[in-house]
Amino acid sequence: MSLLAEMNQRALNLGIPLSVHIDITYRCNERCVHCYLDHDDHGEMTTAEIFNVLAQLADAGVFFLVLSGGEVLMRRDFFEIVERARLLLFNVKVKTNGVMIRAREAARLRQLGVEQIQISVYSHRPEVHDAITKLPGSLKRTIRAIRFLKSQGLKVTIANVLMNGNFSDGAGVMALAKELGTSYTLDPTITPKMDGDTSILALRIPGSELKEIFHREELVGNVEEFCAPPPPAGEDVMEGYPCSAGHTACYISPYGDVFPCVQFPLPSGNVRRQKFLEIWRHSPQLNEVRSIRAKGLTVCSGCDHVGTCTRCPGLAYMEGSMRGPSTADCEKSFQRTGIPSANMLRRALAGPTTPLIQIQIH
Amino acid sequence: MPERYIARSTAIAARLLGGEMMVMSALDSTFFTLNEIATVIWQAADGRTPLSEIVANKICEEFDVDRERAQRGAEQFVDELSQHGILLVSNQPLLNSCPPQENS
Repeated sequence: MSLLAEMNQRALNLGIPLSVHIDITYRCNERCVHCYLDHDDHGEMTTAEIFNVLAQLADAGVFFLVLSGGEVLMRRDFFEIVERARLLLFNVKVKTNGVMIRAREAARLRQLGVEQIQISVYSHRPEVHDAITKLPGSLKRTIRAIRFLKSQGLKVTIANVLMNGNFSDGAGVMALAKELGTSYTLDPTITPKMDGDTSILALRIPGSELKEIFHREELVGNVEEFCAPPPPAGEDVMEGYPCSAGHTACYISPYGDVFPCVQFPLPSGNVRRQKFLEIWRHSPQLNEVRSIRAKGLTVCSGCDHVGTCTRCPGLAYMEGSMRGPSTADCEKSFQRTGIPSANMLRRALAGPTTPLIQIQIH
Repeated sequence: MPERYIARSTAIAARLLGGEMMVMSALDSTFFTLNEIATVIWQAADGRTPLSEIVANKICEEFDVDRERAQRGAEQFVDELSQHGILLVSNQPLLNSCPPQENS
Protein backbone atom coordinates (compact mmCIF):
# COMPACT_ATOMS: atom_id res chain seq x y z
CA MET A 1 0.00 0.00 0.00
CA SER A 2 1.42 3.42 -0.93
CA LEU A 3 1.92 6.08 1.71
CA LEU A 4 -0.93 8.11 0.22
CA ALA A 5 -3.25 5.10 0.27
CA GLU A 6 -2.29 4.52 3.90
CA MET A 7 -3.10 8.13 4.75
CA ASN A 8 -6.40 7.84 2.95
CA GLN A 9 -7.27 4.72 4.94
CA ARG A 10 -6.29 6.45 8.17
CA ALA A 11 -8.41 9.50 7.29
CA LEU A 12 -11.32 7.17 6.53
CA ASN A 13 -10.92 5.42 9.90
CA LEU A 14 -10.71 8.74 11.72
CA GLY A 15 -13.56 10.37 9.77
CA ILE A 16 -11.33 13.16 8.47
CA PRO A 17 -12.10 15.02 5.23
CA LEU A 18 -8.73 14.65 3.56
CA SER A 19 -9.79 16.37 0.31
CA VAL A 20 -12.13 19.27 -0.30
CA HIS A 21 -13.06 20.77 -3.64
CA ILE A 22 -14.25 24.39 -3.53
CA ASP A 23 -15.72 26.15 -6.53
CA ILE A 24 -14.93 29.76 -5.71
CA THR A 25 -17.13 31.07 -8.51
CA TYR A 26 -19.50 29.77 -11.18
CA ARG A 27 -18.72 32.77 -13.40
CA CYS A 28 -16.75 31.86 -16.49
CA ASN A 29 -15.27 33.45 -19.57
CA GLU A 30 -16.11 30.39 -21.64
CA ARG A 31 -19.54 28.93 -22.40
CA CYS A 32 -18.77 25.26 -22.86
CA VAL A 33 -21.61 23.38 -24.50
CA HIS A 34 -21.47 20.54 -21.95
CA CYS A 35 -21.12 22.64 -18.77
CA TYR A 36 -23.39 21.69 -15.89
CA LEU A 37 -23.33 25.14 -14.26
CA ASP A 38 -25.03 28.44 -14.83
CA HIS A 39 -22.59 31.31 -14.97
CA ASP A 40 -24.33 33.98 -12.93
CA ASP A 41 -23.28 35.21 -9.52
CA HIS A 42 -26.09 34.43 -7.07
CA GLY A 43 -24.14 35.76 -4.09
CA GLU A 44 -20.69 34.21 -3.94
CA MET A 45 -18.86 33.95 -0.65
CA THR A 46 -16.77 37.03 0.03
CA THR A 47 -13.01 36.91 0.46
CA ALA A 48 -13.46 37.02 4.25
CA GLU A 49 -16.00 34.19 4.15
CA ILE A 50 -13.67 32.03 2.06
CA PHE A 51 -10.75 32.76 4.41
CA ASN A 52 -12.95 31.68 7.30
CA VAL A 53 -13.91 28.45 5.51
CA LEU A 54 -10.26 27.73 4.70
CA ALA A 55 -9.30 28.11 8.37
CA GLN A 56 -12.10 25.72 9.34
CA LEU A 57 -10.99 23.20 6.72
CA ALA A 58 -7.40 23.32 8.00
CA ASP A 59 -8.66 22.70 11.54
CA ALA A 60 -10.77 19.80 10.27
CA GLY A 61 -7.62 18.14 8.85
CA VAL A 62 -8.12 18.82 5.14
CA PHE A 63 -4.83 18.31 3.27
CA PHE A 64 -5.78 18.35 -0.43
CA LEU A 65 -7.62 21.47 -1.56
CA VAL A 66 -8.96 21.83 -5.10
CA LEU A 67 -9.84 25.37 -6.18
CA SER A 68 -12.09 25.37 -9.20
CA GLY A 69 -15.07 27.06 -10.83
CA GLY A 70 -16.40 28.42 -13.20
CA GLU A 71 -13.14 30.05 -14.06
CA VAL A 72 -11.17 30.74 -10.89
CA LEU A 73 -9.43 33.79 -12.35
CA MET A 74 -12.78 35.54 -12.79
CA ARG A 75 -12.42 36.33 -9.08
CA ARG A 76 -10.21 39.36 -8.52
CA ASP A 77 -9.19 37.92 -5.15
CA PHE A 78 -8.09 34.58 -6.61
CA PHE A 79 -4.42 34.99 -5.72
CA GLU A 80 -5.32 36.22 -2.23
CA ILE A 81 -7.31 33.00 -1.76
CA VAL A 82 -4.44 30.84 -3.02
CA GLU A 83 -2.00 32.72 -0.80
CA ARG A 84 -4.18 32.16 2.26
CA ALA A 85 -4.61 28.49 1.36
CA ARG A 86 -0.87 28.04 1.09
CA LEU A 87 -0.27 29.88 4.37
CA LEU A 88 -2.59 27.30 5.90
CA LEU A 89 -0.35 24.62 4.34
CA PHE A 90 -2.90 23.01 2.04
CA ASN A 91 -1.73 21.02 -0.94
CA VAL A 92 -3.41 23.19 -3.58
CA LYS A 93 -4.58 22.07 -7.00
CA VAL A 94 -6.14 24.63 -9.34
CA LYS A 95 -8.54 23.84 -12.15
CA THR A 96 -8.73 26.52 -14.84
CA ASN A 97 -9.19 27.00 -18.58
CA GLY A 98 -5.95 28.98 -18.59
CA VAL A 99 -7.29 31.73 -20.84
CA MET A 100 -6.35 34.47 -18.34
CA ILE A 101 -2.95 33.06 -17.40
CA ARG A 102 0.09 34.85 -18.72
CA ALA A 103 3.70 34.99 -17.56
CA ARG A 104 2.91 37.01 -14.44
CA GLU A 105 0.09 34.75 -13.26
CA ALA A 106 2.18 31.63 -13.93
CA ALA A 107 5.07 33.05 -11.91
CA ARG A 108 2.72 33.88 -9.03
CA LEU A 109 1.28 30.35 -8.98
CA ARG A 110 4.80 28.98 -8.84
CA GLN A 111 5.81 31.39 -6.09
CA LEU A 112 2.81 30.34 -4.02
CA GLY A 113 3.75 26.68 -4.27
CA VAL A 114 0.64 25.42 -6.06
CA GLU A 115 1.01 21.67 -6.48
CA GLN A 116 -0.76 21.18 -9.78
CA ILE A 117 -2.75 23.03 -12.42
CA GLN A 118 -5.43 21.18 -14.34
CA ILE A 119 -6.43 22.71 -17.64
CA SER A 120 -9.33 21.68 -19.85
CA VAL A 121 -8.49 21.04 -23.50
CA TYR A 122 -11.17 19.58 -25.75
CA SER A 123 -9.26 19.18 -28.99
CA HIS A 124 -5.89 19.83 -30.57
CA ARG A 125 -7.81 21.51 -33.38
CA PRO A 126 -8.78 25.14 -32.69
CA GLU A 127 -12.01 24.92 -34.66
CA VAL A 128 -13.21 21.99 -32.51
CA HIS A 129 -11.99 23.27 -29.12
CA ASP A 130 -13.29 26.81 -29.72
CA ALA A 131 -16.66 25.48 -30.91
CA ILE A 132 -17.05 23.68 -27.56
CA THR A 133 -15.91 26.63 -25.41
CA LYS A 134 -17.74 29.13 -27.63
CA LEU A 135 -14.78 31.48 -27.11
CA PRO A 136 -12.90 32.25 -30.33
CA GLY A 137 -9.14 31.92 -29.90
CA SER A 138 -9.49 30.00 -26.64
CA LEU A 139 -7.31 27.01 -27.61
CA LYS A 140 -4.47 29.33 -28.63
CA ARG A 141 -4.69 31.18 -25.32
CA THR A 142 -4.96 27.97 -23.30
CA ILE A 143 -1.88 26.48 -24.97
CA ARG A 144 0.00 29.72 -24.38
CA ALA A 145 -0.94 29.49 -20.68
CA ILE A 146 0.33 25.91 -20.49
CA ARG A 147 3.66 27.02 -21.93
CA PHE A 148 3.92 29.82 -19.34
CA LEU A 149 3.10 27.39 -16.53
CA LYS A 150 5.56 24.79 -17.76
CA SER A 151 8.28 27.41 -18.11
CA GLN A 152 7.82 28.01 -14.36
CA GLY A 153 8.34 24.31 -13.70
CA LEU A 154 4.74 23.78 -12.60
CA LYS A 155 2.98 20.44 -12.94
CA VAL A 156 0.20 20.70 -15.48
CA THR A 157 -2.45 18.13 -16.38
CA ILE A 158 -4.58 18.40 -19.47
CA ALA A 159 -8.12 17.21 -18.76
CA ASN A 160 -9.82 16.05 -21.93
CA VAL A 161 -13.58 15.68 -21.64
CA LEU A 162 -14.79 13.65 -24.59
CA MET A 163 -18.27 14.08 -25.99
CA ASN A 164 -20.16 14.08 -29.25
CA GLY A 165 -18.18 16.42 -31.44
CA ASN A 166 -14.66 15.73 -30.16
CA PHE A 167 -14.50 12.02 -29.32
CA SER A 168 -12.17 11.31 -32.22
CA ASP A 169 -9.65 13.88 -30.95
CA GLY A 170 -8.49 12.06 -27.82
CA ALA A 171 -5.27 10.84 -29.40
CA GLY A 172 -4.59 14.33 -30.83
CA VAL A 173 -4.98 15.96 -27.40
CA MET A 174 -2.80 13.28 -25.87
CA ALA A 175 -0.08 14.02 -28.44
CA LEU A 176 -0.44 17.73 -27.65
CA ALA A 177 -0.02 16.97 -23.94
CA LYS A 178 3.15 15.03 -24.71
CA GLU A 179 4.50 17.88 -26.81
CA LEU A 180 3.76 20.40 -24.01
CA GLY A 181 5.20 18.13 -21.30
CA THR A 182 1.96 17.74 -19.34
CA SER A 183 0.14 14.70 -18.10
CA TYR A 184 -3.19 13.78 -19.66
CA THR A 185 -6.50 12.47 -18.40
CA LEU A 186 -9.55 11.66 -20.47
CA ASP A 187 -13.08 11.66 -19.17
CA PRO A 188 -16.13 10.66 -21.19
CA THR A 189 -18.57 11.73 -18.45
CA ILE A 190 -21.22 14.33 -19.19
CA THR A 191 -23.39 15.08 -16.19
CA PRO A 192 -26.81 16.70 -15.97
CA LYS A 193 -26.88 20.37 -15.02
CA MET A 194 -26.92 21.24 -11.32
CA ASP A 195 -30.57 22.34 -11.71
CA GLY A 196 -31.53 18.87 -12.99
CA ASP A 197 -31.72 19.82 -16.68
CA THR A 198 -30.69 16.71 -18.62
CA SER A 199 -30.64 18.21 -22.12
CA ILE A 200 -26.83 18.20 -22.26
CA LEU A 201 -26.79 14.43 -21.86
CA ALA A 202 -27.42 14.32 -25.61
CA LEU A 203 -23.72 15.18 -25.88
CA ARG A 204 -22.68 11.85 -24.37
CA ILE A 205 -20.59 9.71 -26.68
CA PRO A 206 -22.62 7.00 -28.42
CA GLY A 207 -21.89 3.45 -27.23
CA SER A 208 -20.04 2.25 -30.34
CA GLU A 209 -17.58 5.16 -30.18
CA LEU A 210 -17.15 4.69 -26.42
CA LYS A 211 -16.18 1.08 -27.12
CA GLU A 212 -13.57 2.22 -29.61
CA ILE A 213 -12.10 4.71 -27.10
CA PHE A 214 -11.89 2.04 -24.40
CA HIS A 215 -10.03 -0.27 -26.75
CA ARG A 216 -7.32 2.18 -27.84
CA GLU A 217 -4.04 1.37 -26.14
CA GLU A 218 -2.70 4.91 -26.43
CA LEU A 219 -5.67 6.17 -24.40
CA VAL A 220 -6.24 3.46 -21.80
CA GLY A 221 -2.91 1.65 -21.51
CA ASN A 222 -3.13 -2.14 -21.29
CA VAL A 223 -6.36 -2.85 -23.21
CA GLU A 224 -6.54 -6.50 -22.18
CA GLU A 225 -6.37 -5.55 -18.52
CA PHE A 226 -8.63 -2.49 -18.87
CA CYS A 227 -11.32 -4.41 -20.76
CA ALA A 228 -11.06 -7.70 -18.85
CA PRO A 229 -14.30 -9.34 -17.67
CA PRO A 230 -14.97 -8.50 -14.03
CA PRO A 231 -13.78 -11.07 -11.48
CA PRO A 232 -16.39 -12.45 -9.05
CA ALA A 233 -17.03 -10.00 -6.22
CA GLY A 234 -15.80 -11.10 -2.80
CA GLU A 235 -17.09 -10.10 0.60
CA ASP A 236 -14.66 -7.17 0.76
CA VAL A 237 -16.24 -5.75 -2.40
CA MET A 238 -19.79 -6.23 -1.12
CA GLU A 239 -18.93 -4.54 2.17
CA GLY A 240 -17.10 -1.74 0.34
CA TYR A 241 -18.27 1.80 -0.22
CA PRO A 242 -18.50 3.29 -3.71
CA CYS A 243 -16.10 6.27 -3.58
CA SER A 244 -14.57 8.88 -1.30
CA ALA A 245 -17.61 11.24 -1.50
CA GLY A 246 -18.75 11.97 2.05
CA HIS A 247 -16.11 9.62 3.49
CA THR A 248 -12.84 11.52 3.01
CA ALA A 249 -13.97 14.16 0.52
CA CYS A 250 -16.65 16.73 -0.11
CA TYR A 251 -17.51 19.75 -2.23
CA ILE A 252 -18.35 23.37 -1.35
CA SER A 253 -20.11 25.67 -3.81
CA PRO A 254 -19.38 29.41 -4.23
CA TYR A 255 -22.47 30.04 -2.07
CA GLY A 256 -21.23 27.93 0.82
CA ASP A 257 -23.41 24.91 0.13
CA VAL A 258 -21.78 21.62 1.09
CA PHE A 259 -22.33 18.52 -1.04
CA PRO A 260 -20.82 15.02 -0.89
CA CYS A 261 -19.07 15.68 -4.23
CA VAL A 262 -19.15 18.13 -7.14
CA GLN A 263 -21.07 15.44 -9.07
CA PHE A 264 -23.48 14.71 -6.23
CA PRO A 265 -25.94 17.62 -5.83
CA LEU A 266 -27.39 16.51 -2.49
CA PRO A 267 -27.47 19.64 -0.30
CA SER A 268 -25.92 18.68 3.04
CA GLY A 269 -25.49 22.01 4.81
CA ASN A 270 -24.16 25.53 4.32
CA VAL A 271 -20.99 26.97 5.83
CA ARG A 272 -22.61 30.40 6.05
CA ARG A 273 -25.03 29.05 8.64
CA GLN A 274 -23.12 26.19 10.27
CA LYS A 275 -19.57 25.28 11.14
CA PHE A 276 -17.97 23.05 8.55
CA LEU A 277 -17.17 20.31 11.06
CA GLU A 278 -20.74 20.29 12.33
CA ILE A 279 -21.92 19.64 8.76
CA TRP A 280 -19.19 17.07 8.09
CA ARG A 281 -19.88 15.09 11.23
CA HIS A 282 -23.62 15.43 11.69
CA SER A 283 -25.31 16.15 8.36
CA PRO A 284 -28.02 13.49 7.90
CA GLN A 285 -27.39 13.63 4.15
CA LEU A 286 -23.66 12.93 4.45
CA ASN A 287 -24.38 10.16 6.95
CA GLU A 288 -26.86 8.65 4.51
CA VAL A 289 -24.19 8.70 1.76
CA ARG A 290 -21.73 7.06 4.18
CA SER A 291 -24.15 4.23 4.81
CA ILE A 292 -24.10 3.07 1.16
CA ARG A 293 -22.47 -0.33 0.72
CA ALA A 294 -22.21 -2.39 -2.46
CA LYS A 295 -24.32 -5.14 -0.87
CA GLY A 296 -27.14 -2.64 -0.32
CA LEU A 297 -27.37 -1.36 -3.92
CA THR A 298 -30.82 -2.03 -5.31
CA VAL A 299 -29.81 -3.39 -8.72
CA CYS A 300 -26.02 -3.23 -8.82
CA SER A 301 -25.45 -5.58 -5.87
CA GLY A 302 -26.44 -8.44 -8.20
CA CYS A 303 -24.45 -7.15 -11.19
CA ASP A 304 -21.32 -8.85 -12.57
CA HIS A 305 -19.64 -5.43 -12.64
CA VAL A 306 -20.26 -4.54 -9.00
CA GLY A 307 -16.58 -4.76 -8.07
CA THR A 308 -15.10 -2.97 -11.08
CA CYS A 309 -17.78 -0.54 -12.28
CA THR A 310 -17.11 3.19 -11.99
CA ARG A 311 -20.68 3.59 -10.72
CA CYS A 312 -21.02 7.16 -9.48
CA PRO A 313 -23.49 7.50 -6.59
CA GLY A 314 -23.96 11.16 -7.56
CA LEU A 315 -25.03 10.29 -11.09
CA ALA A 316 -27.25 7.54 -9.65
CA TYR A 317 -28.76 10.12 -7.29
CA MET A 318 -29.52 12.38 -10.26
CA GLU A 319 -31.26 9.42 -11.90
CA GLY A 320 -33.46 8.95 -8.87
CA SER A 321 -31.62 7.00 -6.16
CA MET A 322 -28.12 7.14 -4.70
CA ARG A 323 -28.39 3.36 -4.22
CA GLY A 324 -29.63 2.75 -7.75
CA PRO A 325 -27.73 2.29 -10.99
CA SER A 326 -26.06 5.04 -12.99
CA THR A 327 -26.89 4.17 -16.57
CA ALA A 328 -23.90 6.12 -17.92
CA ASP A 329 -21.61 3.88 -15.88
CA CYS A 330 -23.56 0.76 -16.95
CA GLU A 331 -22.85 1.79 -20.53
CA LYS A 332 -19.15 2.27 -19.78
CA SER A 333 -18.87 -1.15 -18.12
CA PHE A 334 -20.68 -2.75 -21.05
CA GLN A 335 -18.63 -1.03 -23.75
CA ARG A 336 -15.42 -1.81 -21.88
CA THR A 337 -16.06 -5.53 -21.35
CA GLY A 338 -18.90 -6.50 -23.69
CA ILE A 339 -20.85 -7.84 -20.69
CA PRO A 340 -24.22 -6.16 -20.11
CA SER A 341 -24.93 -4.82 -16.64
CA ALA A 342 -27.75 -6.13 -14.43
CA ASN A 343 -29.53 -2.83 -15.02
CA MET A 344 -29.33 -3.25 -18.81
CA LEU A 345 -30.65 -6.82 -18.58
CA ARG A 346 -33.47 -5.71 -16.31
CA ARG A 347 -34.46 -3.00 -18.76
CA ALA A 348 -34.29 -5.38 -21.71
CA LEU A 349 -36.57 -7.84 -19.90
CA ALA A 350 -39.04 -5.09 -19.09
CA GLY A 351 -39.22 -4.27 -22.80
CA PRO A 352 -39.88 -0.88 -24.30
CA THR A 353 -41.94 1.33 -22.06
CA THR A 354 -45.18 2.58 -23.53
CA PRO A 355 -47.04 5.59 -22.22
CA LEU A 356 -50.26 4.92 -20.34
CA ILE A 357 -52.14 7.20 -22.67
CA GLN A 358 -51.44 8.37 -26.19
CA ILE A 359 -53.18 11.35 -27.68
CA GLN A 360 -53.01 12.46 -31.25
CA ILE A 361 -54.38 15.85 -32.13
CA HIS A 362 -55.39 16.51 -35.71
CA MET B 1 29.76 19.60 16.54
CA PRO B 2 28.37 23.11 15.91
CA GLU B 3 24.81 23.87 16.97
CA ARG B 4 22.17 23.33 14.28
CA TYR B 5 19.01 25.33 13.78
CA ILE B 6 16.11 23.96 11.75
CA ALA B 7 13.13 25.64 10.11
CA ARG B 8 10.22 24.33 8.08
CA SER B 9 10.30 25.29 4.39
CA THR B 10 7.41 27.34 3.04
CA ALA B 11 7.34 25.17 -0.11
CA ILE B 12 5.43 22.36 1.54
CA ALA B 13 1.95 21.20 2.37
CA ALA B 14 1.48 19.69 5.81
CA ARG B 15 -1.28 18.44 8.07
CA LEU B 16 -1.52 16.47 11.26
CA LEU B 17 -3.43 13.21 10.81
CA GLY B 18 -4.05 11.08 13.85
CA GLY B 19 -0.90 12.25 15.64
CA GLU B 20 1.37 11.87 12.62
CA MET B 21 2.35 14.66 10.26
CA MET B 22 1.81 14.37 6.51
CA VAL B 23 4.23 16.53 4.57
CA MET B 24 4.42 16.98 0.82
CA SER B 25 7.10 18.94 -0.96
CA ALA B 26 5.66 21.45 -3.43
CA LEU B 27 8.96 21.28 -5.31
CA ASP B 28 9.03 17.61 -6.22
CA SER B 29 5.78 16.21 -4.71
CA THR B 30 7.71 13.85 -2.44
CA PHE B 31 5.33 12.70 0.26
CA PHE B 32 6.40 11.96 3.83
CA THR B 33 4.65 10.84 6.94
CA LEU B 34 6.42 11.62 10.18
CA ASN B 35 6.02 9.42 13.21
CA GLU B 36 5.11 10.90 16.58
CA ILE B 37 8.70 11.79 17.55
CA ALA B 38 9.56 13.23 14.13
CA THR B 39 6.31 15.22 14.27
CA VAL B 40 7.40 16.82 17.52
CA ILE B 41 10.75 17.82 15.99
CA TRP B 42 8.94 19.15 12.93
CA GLN B 43 6.57 21.23 15.01
CA ALA B 44 9.44 22.62 17.07
CA ALA B 45 11.45 23.58 13.96
CA ASP B 46 10.99 27.33 14.38
CA GLY B 47 14.44 28.38 13.14
CA ARG B 48 15.33 29.77 16.56
CA THR B 49 15.53 26.76 18.87
CA PRO B 50 18.75 24.73 18.57
CA LEU B 51 18.18 21.10 17.58
CA SER B 52 19.94 19.91 20.73
CA GLU B 53 17.45 21.88 22.82
CA ILE B 54 14.52 20.41 20.92
CA VAL B 55 15.90 16.94 21.54
CA ALA B 56 16.52 17.61 25.24
CA ASN B 57 13.27 19.42 26.01
CA LYS B 58 10.79 17.83 23.67
CA ILE B 59 12.02 14.35 22.82
CA CYS B 60 13.90 13.07 25.85
CA GLU B 61 11.35 14.45 28.28
CA GLU B 62 8.19 13.51 26.44
CA PHE B 63 9.27 10.12 25.09
CA ASP B 64 11.72 8.97 27.77
CA VAL B 65 14.54 8.36 25.27
CA ASP B 66 18.26 8.30 25.92
CA ARG B 67 19.68 11.71 24.93
CA GLU B 68 22.57 10.47 22.77
CA ARG B 69 20.34 8.08 20.85
CA ALA B 70 17.65 10.71 20.41
CA GLN B 71 20.20 13.25 19.12
CA ARG B 72 21.55 10.74 16.57
CA GLY B 73 18.04 9.95 15.36
CA ALA B 74 17.14 13.63 15.15
CA GLU B 75 20.29 14.46 13.14
CA GLN B 76 19.50 11.68 10.70
CA PHE B 77 15.90 12.84 10.34
CA VAL B 78 16.97 16.45 9.78
CA ASP B 79 19.56 15.44 7.17
CA GLU B 80 17.00 13.41 5.27
CA LEU B 81 14.32 16.10 5.21
CA SER B 82 16.82 18.83 4.36
CA GLN B 83 17.96 16.82 1.34
CA HIS B 84 14.40 17.11 0.02
CA GLY B 85 14.31 20.84 0.79
CA ILE B 86 11.47 20.61 3.28
CA LEU B 87 13.58 21.45 6.33
CA LEU B 88 16.10 24.28 6.24
CA VAL B 89 19.23 23.77 8.32
CA SER B 90 21.85 26.28 9.42
CA ASN B 91 24.51 26.84 12.06
CA GLN B 92 22.88 30.22 12.70
CA PRO B 93 19.28 30.93 13.76
CA LEU B 94 16.94 31.06 10.76
CA LEU B 95 14.74 34.03 11.45
CA ASN B 96 11.51 34.76 9.54
CA SER B 97 11.78 31.49 7.66
CA CYS B 98 8.97 29.37 9.08
CA PRO B 99 5.42 29.05 7.78
CA PRO B 100 2.75 29.29 10.44
CA GLN B 101 2.19 26.20 12.55
CA GLU B 102 -0.09 23.59 11.00
CA ASN B 103 -3.01 22.33 13.03
CA SER B 104 -2.07 20.34 16.08
